[in-house]
Amino acid sequence: MATWVLLVLTCVPAAFAQSGPVQKNWPMASGNYENSRYSALDQITSDNVKNLRVAWTFGTGVNRGHEEAPVVVGSTMYLVTPYPNFLYALDLSQSGAIKWKFEPKPLAAAQGEACCDYVNRGVAVADGRVFMNTLDGRTIALDADSGKLLWDRRLCDINVGETMTMAPLVIGDKVLVGNAGSQFGARGWIQALDAKSGTTAWKAFSTGSDADCLIGPSFKPYYAQDRGHDLGISTWPIDQWKIGGGTVWGWVSYDPDLDLLFYGTGDPASWNADVRPGDNKWCSGIFARRPSTGEAVWFYQYTAHDLYGHDGINESIVTDIELKPGEGKRKVLLHADRNGHLYVLDRQSGEVLSATPFVRVTATTGVDLKTGYLQFVADKKPQLGKTVRDIAPAAPGGKDWQPSAFSPRTGLMYLPHQTLSMDFEEAPVNYIAGTPYIGAHAKFYADPVDPGDGSRGRFTAWDPAAQKAAWTIKERFPVWCGTVVTAGDVVFYGTMDRWFKAVDAKTGRELWKFQVDSGIVSQPITYLAPDGKQYVAVVAGVGGWPGKIVSNDLKPEDPGSAHGFGNAMKDLPNYTAKGGTLYVFCLQ
Amino acid sequence: MLACLYGLTLAGCKREERDFHGDAASADTTASVQLTELVPGLPPSIEPSASAAGPVRADFEKVAFHLSEGQRLYEQFNCVGCHANGGGDIGPPLMDDVWLYGASPEQIYASLAQGRPNGMPAYGRKLSRQQTWQLVAYVRSMSGLTPKDAAPARNDFTQSVPPPNSTPATNPVSGPNPSPTAEHGSR
Repeated sequence: MATWVLLVLTCVPAAFAQSGPVQKNWPMASGNYENSRYSALDQITSDNVKNLRVAWTFGTGVNRGHEEAPVVVGSTMYLVTPYPNFLYALDLSQSGAIKWKFEPKPLAAAQGEACCDYVNRGVAVADGRVFMNTLDGRTIALDADSGKLLWDRRLCDINVGETMTMAPLVIGDKVLVGNAGSQFGARGWIQALDAKSGTTAWKAFSTGSDADCLIGPSFKPYYAQDRGHDLGISTWPIDQWKIGGGTVWGWVSYDPDLDLLFYGTGDPASWNADVRPGDNKWCSGIFARRPSTGEAVWFYQYTAHDLYGHDGINESIVTDIELKPGEGKRKVLLHADRNGHLYVLDRQSGEVLSATPFVRVTATTGVDLKTGYLQFVADKKPQLGKTVRDIAPAAPGGKDWQPSAFSPRTGLMYLPHQTLSMDFEEAPVNYIAGTPYIGAHAKFYADPVDPGDGSRGRFTAWDPAAQKAAWTIKERFPVWCGTVVTAGDVVFYGTMDRWFKAVDAKTGRELWKFQVDSGIVSQPITYLAPDGKQYVAVVAGVGGWPGKIVSNDLKPEDPGSAHGFGNAMKDLPNYTAKGGTLYVFCLQ
Repeated sequence: MLACLYGLTLAGCKREERDFHGDAASADTTASVQLTELVPGLPPSIEPSASAAGPVRADFEKVAFHLSEGQRLYEQFNCVGCHANGGGDIGPPLMDDVWLYGASPEQIYASLAQGRPNGMPAYGRKLSRQQTWQLVAYVRSMSGLTPKDAAPARNDFTQSVPPPNSTPATNPVSGPNPSPTAEHGSR
């Protein structure tokens, strides 16, 4: 105990010295604007993490996929559940006693419009307000202290397949939210709401006219193919952009110095790409915009004319790193895309500095750095009535939404991800508003070559400057859980077979693990509680796209269940049942 | 032997029947559909009316044409996007023995036409009554509830399950309330 007190005294001031109050709290799902999920807290270290014990737990009362991050400000933790989107305020000074609970009562019918389980990725807290999204497409503001409703706005129409699953981000007086539903042909958008009133300050679509996409004189994309008039219309067949997807269901990051926000757009609808010849702008790419006006500053398309539902919504980590010795630090974004390439982008211009495969890729031969185009392999192009085999990475990509972390101490990026390949057969497609707009039959499976041993997940530490993995850990199932890395050089992540693990950030050596009640597909966090101790929190509760075989009782006999993911997860029910429990750990 | 052949011939005729005016057979039988076995005041041992075999089952489920049309409509009306090849996805599986809203043709018809509150859209204004009954027949064939000689012998896509005429017959049971909360969850 005496040593421990000493640790607190010596380490905490150092932690605060680095960047203010953000280090103590976890005020947004991604931890900070950079989306680095790095915490300067260092009470828990690679030496003492073996002494981590459960401090308290909390049952959420919901048993669908828990993909959310708990959010902590001061002495309160805010935990939102999957549909029906209960929001709990838990008192950290009383082992998680319920301060208040809010039930937004989303439309039950919205459950039929959510492609990948009824998930929610967390809330945001700023200036005494909590902001949450609901499955039926509302953004709600509550008083953070009392839970009193401040405003409640419906932004989605579930009858065109729109839902909301992403975690809002607050920049100044604006709350940024986006829709989900590309698999239903929902037209994607992001909008900024006034934090006080909930009114829309600006709204930018991902398809359609320049006016709709807030593309104007400030728009200076790096690559030639992104310059032109109304490309959000002309890169589609007539009117297809109206049902073209590009939803904004992932992560938003922000650079206060450049005053730019960054977010990815979803895949173009439908999965049958033959109905949408063209580059399908502005889908499966990244926008940089001004938060105050929403005007676009640059755009880069990771996957033009996306053939495999690869999306572009994965997080972009804001950091400054030295790519070549002696060149000095550059302002970059780090982005592990579903198409299997890890991008280093210049965040001022949108130029691709490098794009390196981090998993086995058979579908493409890499990015042409002159044009920015991803080069497709002709043999792997889907065709109507033909089954194309061994397309890697499969539709969920080399990595899906599950967010990575970056430690400035190690210079490494920590990627929770999967190693899957797929067989893909294109099918005729029929748009009926509010129903799935897919046009493909797929079957995913463990990548047969790398690793080739039936394992489907990996936790990889990636060196973005050297463009290679520093170390990697194989897991039985996709690592569908986010991660957090700390100044104690510990990285935390969870697995779908019910382990919560701590590994050494430098070496990948496993330091500690704890078995929870259900598979983990959420986002671990760390924070400093009012008692001055560092805690680590994670929610267990299997589900999401790969976990739906358990959370929605799918039949392993059907290789096409969960759009083909069921085939790769047949054995998951042998490892986990449904659940919904928050675990909070601290040093003994 | 002769009787057997005669029987097969008769069954064969039924199997090949084409009914292009199917709406006559589809007088609205959904008004009496009930979603529970509990019927207050009913003497024990009496079957709930919704599970009784009616003319609908005879007219549609024994005809290969209707089942085959149902199979086509299942893909074209995007049923496949939510229920996959019966293994389930956004919606529940259809190839197993668990039925949230009833397994009788009338109950399935009602679920298709009226929709169901936890995400099943109401297709009543999108499908004709004949199309709905064809879909009902195909949906039942996915768990082996229709005659084997009429059920489709092949699927249209490679990533699928064995065809309905190879699907073992199941014994339908009522499923739990599909509530996402823990009290009702597992089965």
